[in-house]
Amino acid sequence: MSAFQIKEIPEVYDAIVVGSGAGGGMAGYILANAGLKVLMLEAGPFFDPAKDALQMRWPWESPRRGASTIRPFGDFDAAYGGWQLEGEPYSKVNGTEFEWFRARMLGGRTNHWGRISLRMGPDDFKPTDGITDAWPISYDEVKPFYDRVDRMIGIYGTVEGIRNEPDGIFMKPPKPRLNELYIARGAKKAGVPVIPGRGAVLTEASKEIKGRGTCFYCGQCGRACKVYGDFSSSSCLVIPAMKTGNLKVIDNAMVREVLSNAEGLATGVSYVDTKSLQEYTVRGKTIILGASACESARLLLNSKSAAHPAGIANSSGLVGKYLHDSTGAGLSGFLPQLLDRKRYNEDGTGSVHIYSPWWGDHSKLQFPRGYHIEYGGGMRMPSYGFMNWVPSVNGQVPGSDGQAKQAGGYGAALKQDYRRFYGANVGMAGRGTALARKDNYCEIDPTKVDKYGIPILRFHYKWANEEIQQAKHMMDTFQEIMHGMGAIITSKIHTADTLYGLEAPGKIIHEGGTTRMGNDPKTSVLNKWGQAHDCPNVYVVDAGPFVQQGDKNLTWTILALSMRTAEYILEQKKKLNS
Amino acid sequence: MNRRDSLKALGLLAAGSAVATAACKDTKKTEANSSVDDADKLPGVQDFEHERNLSLQKETFFTEHEMATITVLADIIIPKDEHSGSASDAEVPAFIEFMMKDIPSNQTAMRGGLKWLDMQCQKRYANVFIKCKAAEQLALVDDIAYPEQAKPEMMQGVAFFSLMRDLTSSGFFTSELGVKDLGYVGNVPGVWNGVPADVLKAHGFDEQSSLS
Repeated sequence: MSAFQIKEIPEVYDAIVVGSGAGGGMAGYILANAGLKVLMLEAGPFFDPAKDALQMRWPWESPRRGASTIRPFGDFDAAYGGWQLEGEPYSKVNGTEFEWFRARMLGGRTNHWGRISLRMGPDDFKPTDGITDAWPISYDEVKPFYDRVDRMIGIYGTVEGIRNEPDGIFMKPPKPRLNELYIARGAKKAGVPVIPGRGAVLTEASKEIKGRGTCFYCGQCGRACKVYGDFSSSSCLVIPAMKTGNLKVIDNAMVREVLSNAEGLATGVSYVDTKSLQEYTVRGKTIILGASACESARLLLNSKSAAHPAGIANSSGLVGKYLHDSTGAGLSGFLPQLLDRKRYNEDGTGSVHIYSPWWGDHSKLQFPRGYHIEYGGGMRMPSYGFMNWVPSVNGQVPGSDGQAKQAGGYGAALKQDYRRFYGANVGMAGRGTALARKDNYCEIDPTKVDKYGIPILRFHYKWANEEIQQAKHMMDTFQEIMHGMGAIITSKIHTADTLYGLEAPGKIIHEGGTTRMGNDPKTSVLNKWGQAHDCPNVYVVDAGPFVQQGDKNLTWTILALSMRTAEYILEQKKKLNS
Repeated sequence: MNRRDSLKALGLLAAGSAVATAACKDTKKTEANSSVDDADKLPGVQDFEHERNLSLQKETFFTEHEMATITVLADIIIPKDEHSGSASDAEVPAFIEFMMKDIPSNQTAMRGGLKWLDMQCQKRYANVFIKCKAAEQLALVDDIAYPEQAKPEMMQGVAFFSLMRDLTSSGFFTSELGVKDLGYVGNVPGVWNGVPADVLKAHGFDEQSSLS
């Protein structure tokens, strides 16, 4: 390449949005609908669930029967990408852990997420535990935006009146499956509440929601929905925003850095076309990052100039710091009561039908905050490996003839056991508050670049006693629930030497906190509107601005905050023009 | 859009049957001929994924003898019975061949395990596994099919048989034949109205069974 040419795109956009997931999608949607000329840059290919979802496919339509060889959640899962991307590595400081899941596609990870849509509560924004940090905003300030997201996107659930589990504007929830009735019974005995799930799935038609179909209960939200019956940023935000004529999407565009002028204001971005490797620059009046918490932090840190020697928005030195995921641990087993169960279609929705919000007396716990529990099991669509558990546990209960038998086996008797045990499995998983700590962070690796020559991230993350104690609490509680429902535990019961089954940081794919908001520019990256303290036309709308997550899955809060930030941007523009 | 419109949009109205027919056609193609050609590329499958599938289909891992052994073993694990056909009826051996190339980390355990099996048979019966009488084959399988009672010197065989058993159950119960055998009746559009009343009653829950 003797003639290295960077092409300048002639248009000047009102706003450039980097990333098309929940945060970028919402910002693009609001701004395009308000009449701004918006450019959205997505690192992966275009993806429209209506055409590209592998929904309603049978296991035999995959040569590996849905095994996770290529896509980490199996062949039919909607996420393009995974824990490792060809030519786009990340590194870790020795002795620390972090697993980074990246989806490269229009809509990002919202195409395959669990659709579990929980609001953070008053105590999540303004904690009372004396350990975790407060946000610069309260629940009451965010509530109107949560309400609008509920109406605009659609969510099912029930009004429960639990203080820190705020109710929304709900459609009817799916009824519990049989194993979920047993779970609820077992949980009650263990003193754990179980309530209907809260999911971003249209269980009813709504006059406020146009161009989307109603759920037909295939249970495959993770494959993305061809009738747009659930929330994906691609189907519900970006594609509708494109129809306004005000939003242009350039896909396969990997953003290199945010460009700025001598005064330190952002002027645009540079990116590389990942297919042709052609380099581009494009100008924008406002730059909005929704590339994911870590990717947005990387972009800011890589945007160095005389005005921003440590990277844009990083005069506090805090970009990348306070990285936190959710905690996660699980336990599984089977219900002898469900052996030889009657067959019927219980696919239901692809989000949760039930869950346990954080409960009880917290005064004697060895960790602040808490976790919620998600449940699984039942007669799901067969896929690679789904019967592997049977030969290891079929000796734990008498056979159909009442006779004791040995685990394992073969032949007609084993074939019958597979049928007998199918759908009798139950599982549960905790998702809890991991503490946002300054010493858990991502930073630019001083020596390594990706295949585009962009410096990569290096992670430094360690669990502390609080997270480990929380996982212990989960493991104890899960066993009580299992016993309460009469289940036989089949997975490993983790103890201290395996950190009570606590998953490695990053594994729950709830990472946030890397560009935290706050009122003091010395102790935060963004102000309470998601605007960079030291570069006022740069905003972040992914989970980076989160000061401290609750145990609530992030997406609903990303959507609400991105909507709030986008409207703040509109107000600021109006002020300038008046 | 209501549910009816959803299904119309999806082309699924009237529909269980239409979907089932289409699925059957697809199946015949995949099951009768395990090779995947361009026409089989599903929308939403990325080019690199499809190219990888095609290239794996072109490779051969197992020898004829190994495939013959796998076929006998798979049918010992899942034989034909009054409900459905055998593992080989569901083309499980071809699936296992594909999985060896897809997940190469299992190759040594499988190839070595097959060799281990032949060596055991050679010692006991002076024949390779597939040449042994059915009763001899089963006697050996009995020694490696029950992990908790197997003799220590059989544990390598146990590990191999467990892997073979898992691959066989995966291949069988994810085939059209196996899904039908299992009685999975989902993956069709419908309405979920909760557990059927007779099932609720049989399990001691009532219509009002609440969660709390």
